[in-house]
Amino acid sequence: MRVPLSWLKEYVDITLSPEELATQLTLAGLEVGSIDYIGVEAAPGSAWAPDLSGSEPPEHIPWDAQKVVVGELLEVNQHPNADRLTVPVVGYGEGRSIAVVTGAPNIKVGMQGEKVALALTGAKLIDGHSETRKWVTLKPTKLRGVASEGMVCSELELGLSEEHEGILFLPDDAPVGTPLREYIGDVVLDIDLTPNLSRALSIVGVAREVAAITGQPLKLPEPQVVAEGPSIEGRAKVTVEDPQDCPRFTVGLVEGVTIKPSPWWMQQRLRLVGMRPISNIVDVSNYVMLEWGQPSHAFDADTIQDRHLIARRAKAGEKLRTLDNQQRQLSPEQIVVADPRGVQSLAGVMGGAETEVTDATRNVLLEAAIWNPPVIRRTVQALKLPSEASKRFERGVDPQAPPVALRRALELLRQVSGGTVAQGLVDVYSQPWQAQQIELTCAEVRRLLGIELSAAQIADLLSGLGFECEVGVDSVLVVVPSYRLDVTMAADLVEEVARMYGYEKLPNTLLADELPPQYVDEVQISERRVKDTLVACGAQEVITYSLTSLEVVETLNGTAPDASEYLMLENPIAPERSVLRRDILPELAQVLADNLREQSRVVLFEVGRVFHPQPSRTLPDEPRRLALALAGQRNVVSWHEADPPLLDYFDLKGILETLLERLGVDAQVTFTPADDARFHPGRSAYLIQTAEGTSLGVLGELHPDTRDRLGLTVSRAVVAELDLDALLLLQMPPRYRVIHRPPAVYQDIAVIAPTSVTAEQAHRVIQAAAGPLLEHVSLFDVYTGAPIPEDQRSLAFRMSFRAADRTLSDAEINKIREKIIRRLQSELGATTRS
Amino acid sequence: MIEQLEQVEKQALAELEAITTVESLRTWRSTYLAKVGPIAEISRGMGKLSAEERPRVGQRINAVKQSLQGAYDALEQKLIAEQRARELEHDRVDVTLPGRPAPAGRLHPTTQTLREIERIFSNLGFTVWESPEVETDEYNFGLLNFPPDHPARDMQDTFFVKMPPGSPKVVMRTHTSPGQIHAMRKFAPEPVRVILPGKCYRMEQVTARSEMMFYQVEGLAVGENITMGDLKGTLQEFATQMYGPEATIRFRPSYFPFTEPSVEVDARCFLCSGKGCRMCKYSGWLEILGAGMVHPNVLRNGGYDPERFSGFAFGMGPERIAILKYGIDDIRWFWSGDLRFLEQF
Repeated sequence: MRVPLSWLKEYVDITLSPEELATQLTLAGLEVGSIDYIGVEAAPGSAWAPDLSGSEPPEHIPWDAQKVVVGELLEVNQHPNADRLTVPVVGYGEGRSIAVVTGAPNIKVGMQGEKVALALTGAKLIDGHSETRKWVTLKPTKLRGVASEGMVCSELELGLSEEHEGILFLPDDAPVGTPLREYIGDVVLDIDLTPNLSRALSIVGVAREVAAITGQPLKLPEPQVVAEGPSIEGRAKVTVEDPQDCPRFTVGLVEGVTIKPSPWWMQQRLRLVGMRPISNIVDVSNYVMLEWGQPSHAFDADTIQDRHLIARRAKAGEKLRTLDNQQRQLSPEQIVVADPRGVQSLAGVMGGAETEVTDATRNVLLEAAIWNPPVIRRTVQALKLPSEASKRFERGVDPQAPPVALRRALELLRQVSGGTVAQGLVDVYSQPWQAQQIELTCAEVRRLLGIELSAAQIADLLSGLGFECEVGVDSVLVVVPSYRLDVTMAADLVEEVARMYGYEKLPNTLLADELPPQYVDEVQISERRVKDTLVACGAQEVITYSLTSLEVVETLNGTAPDASEYLMLENPIAPERSVLRRDILPELAQVLADNLREQSRVVLFEVGRVFHPQPSRTLPDEPRRLALALAGQRNVVSWHEADPPLLDYFDLKGILETLLERLGVDAQVTFTPADDARFHPGRSAYLIQTAEGTSLGVLGELHPDTRDRLGLTVSRAVVAELDLDALLLLQMPPRYRVIHRPPAVYQDIAVIAPTSVTAEQAHRVIQAAAGPLLEHVSLFDVYTGAPIPEDQRSLAFRMSFRAADRTLSDAEINKIREKIIRRLQSELGATTRS
Repeated sequence: MIEQLEQVEKQALAELEAITTVESLRTWRSTYLAKVGPIAEISRGMGKLSAEERPRVGQRINAVKQSLQGAYDALEQKLIAEQRARELEHDRVDVTLPGRPAPAGRLHPTTQTLREIERIFSNLGFTVWESPEVETDEYNFGLLNFPPDHPARDMQDTFFVKMPPGSPKVVMRTHTSPGQIHAMRKFAPEPVRVILPGKCYRMEQVTARSEMMFYQVEGLAVGENITMGDLKGTLQEFATQMYGPEATIRFRPSYFPFTEPSVEVDARCFLCSGKGCRMCKYSGWLEILGAGMVHPNVLRNGGYDPERFSGFAFGMGPERIAILKYGIDDIRWFWSGDLRFLEQF
């Protein structure tokens, strides 16, 4: 809501500077987002002040009091040397006048008495002749041989609007010689209103708040109307079919109007608030809406059959051409205003074209009603037709406002249209508003705010806002005014007390309440451990969108995914973000590809939830996943290593092994070759939970086809995706093994076995055969080639043996070694070498 | 004999003078001080001497041996030191050359910020809790006191999830606040203090300033003696720890359907210190979080008697905190996965 202070001041005296007022309003919940200074300056040093020092002027500029004044055209002469130029002589008070040269097309030779905005030498304005927006400081000049000592200004040059077709003409009664800033300078507060602040969607509403905040009295006269016409009774009729839809419907009548532009001051205020002036009748309706918060609608009375307005639901199949000339298909979900012939207006949203006020209109029926907020909201949403009126009806309009606003509007209509107002109103008010009473105890204020206030203090704070208060012993009985539909319970009043007391003045205390039992979320802690481990392994955490597309999934998978397995958005904002991910990898692979265009080494991981719809439940499962993606060079290129090798399967596996070991899961899982078309068939594996035989995820080098689909620019990329929830369930705490003092004995053994024998098989046989004295075994070399027979390979293991109580003898070790050799031979068909 | 001895000593010391390497020093030692050599030979001749002469000559032999050994030790020490010095000189590197890269991983800046928030609030007795990202309309709005067809719903543009006919409405949660209901329903009537971090979604165009996906951290404290003063004190404590003791914050009334009274918390603009700049839209203040006293209807929906229990809730965005802290110009970097961005934190 944009609030010109000149308008606000009609209803409350403002004793604060605009900046202080803006701060006070903000601290009372009416957040001032910005301040527009129209022709005037901000307080020095204020944060709100626009930047006037830049080369580009702000939207509005200040006008120098001496150099930009109200002028009067004394005479307008033709320029002697140019057809398109004129030379007006402009007076600006006390016998002072100057001649200026202008090309403004709306200045005509012979004009006299028109009031204009006159800028004198030295005035700093916006350059009207420049393509780009920039400053200009007026200098005396000569145009085609005629001296010009000033300028008659356009709205653009004054920073009022973009209008530069002609100069600005001021009203006839503009005071000549007065600084322009005193005449039409203004300050406009732009207040960001939260949905509960419908009461402040009007000048009067803001004035009430300002009065309460600053302690200034509200100047709110009951609007009076000079009604010289015959009574409205019998000359206009209203029927309300359902009071739930329309608790109140009020109508006034003005006859003999002349349609013309509204007066300049009214237009100017509408513009300052952000509405476009249209004609005197429409402008009055809008003006009163902005002033009182009560929307109204003007019908051409002669187009309404029997001058009979009916508030009812639309019938199926009914249509209405609205003011914007759109044909609207209506439904019984919507409330309309009809006459006996049919629908004439979409209640609370937009009028109909057939009954709108036109240049030919002589008589006007002015409607001010209260409509059911949810119905209006649904109508706006169904027809995508928000309006200033519907904005107010959706949020709730003061049920007592219609007759007040109508009287104000009728009087203004009389003044600006020359019409005659019929006496009285038709007011169908079948569900009169009942004032609500709420008891607020001092204990409740103390309980919720932590401050001690007496009943009298509470009453004092509330009555400033218009609440009627009856002070009791330890409580206040509060009557809620009609414009406070948002207040329905004690908690709402507590907020009003806090607002008026000042949030800033409330004490800052720390929770003194008993400390609740501390619950530990194990999964959170584990997730932390996972991330920290991966970071320690040199991986960078990324977070990708949980919203993706089936195309991205297909890019990774190579086949179209089964759409029924995915949750989809009803109202996506873009097709590439329309599907809830089932896996992390499709988006992570994209991020990998993106990074490879810039980086030589990319090691990424993501931990996050994916979404699996469940046929038997409304909400999906949201399992936690871990995904990794590695590509590029193992090390950063440097003078130490000019061409590091590419990251491969074993880099990925190494990181996972570190993680599994850290989680205490390593002994419970095995890696088995994977069968997954996305991956290289010989360089991918499933991580299997050994005991159950279930898969915890997959890892491996991407298939070259997959790489091509992703547009990867490297010859190798490795990725993994694991079910982190399942993995975390297997976690084991570290178990301490006693460290024995006697020295270890080290033995190497080379196992020569068919290539079909896996390293893991050989490892297990050694482990099983060696018995308890084997402390550790690790593979340190893999060799194929001469002299090893073809289709065989050599796996070299280093073993360490240690006993708790003695140094092992050669004889003991040899016995074990022989046993290992025998078992390798019998179980794997392997020979051995030392 | 003594003459002979002195002759040997003289010669040995003279030869020693000329030695410059450890190798020739070792040769010298094996020449003069080994079991075979001129001095050993002289010693063997002692048997021919008289009993009176024998001790005198013996002493003399020992003295020469000691003298030569002493000279040897001194020179050895000197030569080793010289050799080490040469080696060190040889090993000298250009210390300005870059080190061997040790690529470090990093946590996402959002995770880092979340951890900072979690650390501060766990010191205040809050437990970290999680709740689902896909919610029913009821949990996301209804139970949080958003009436159907109320303009408050416009505050949060919502992604709806396609569901089979007859199913309840399902949404991508627009805030972490549904976690309040989950937490309350789990713990009522016990008091509760939790913070709920997680992803949220809004149907918004992605621009430099707005995102369709963002993280939020919800905080909730419910108990029998919790006041708005406690809310203020807790958030003041948070701001001091998060932004430093010089951070100035202010509390002003706002509106959320699920709190009453509702609060918006602003921090004095970090960039211009309140003088007014583009970042704070010429107000001098930056919104950092929303909060309030839990609405009685929400307490009731969570299983608490609002006449007995009260509580506060707050919500903040870690991306916004990081943006303000680091002066990040474009929110789209967060989910881009771009290492050029992520490696800066």
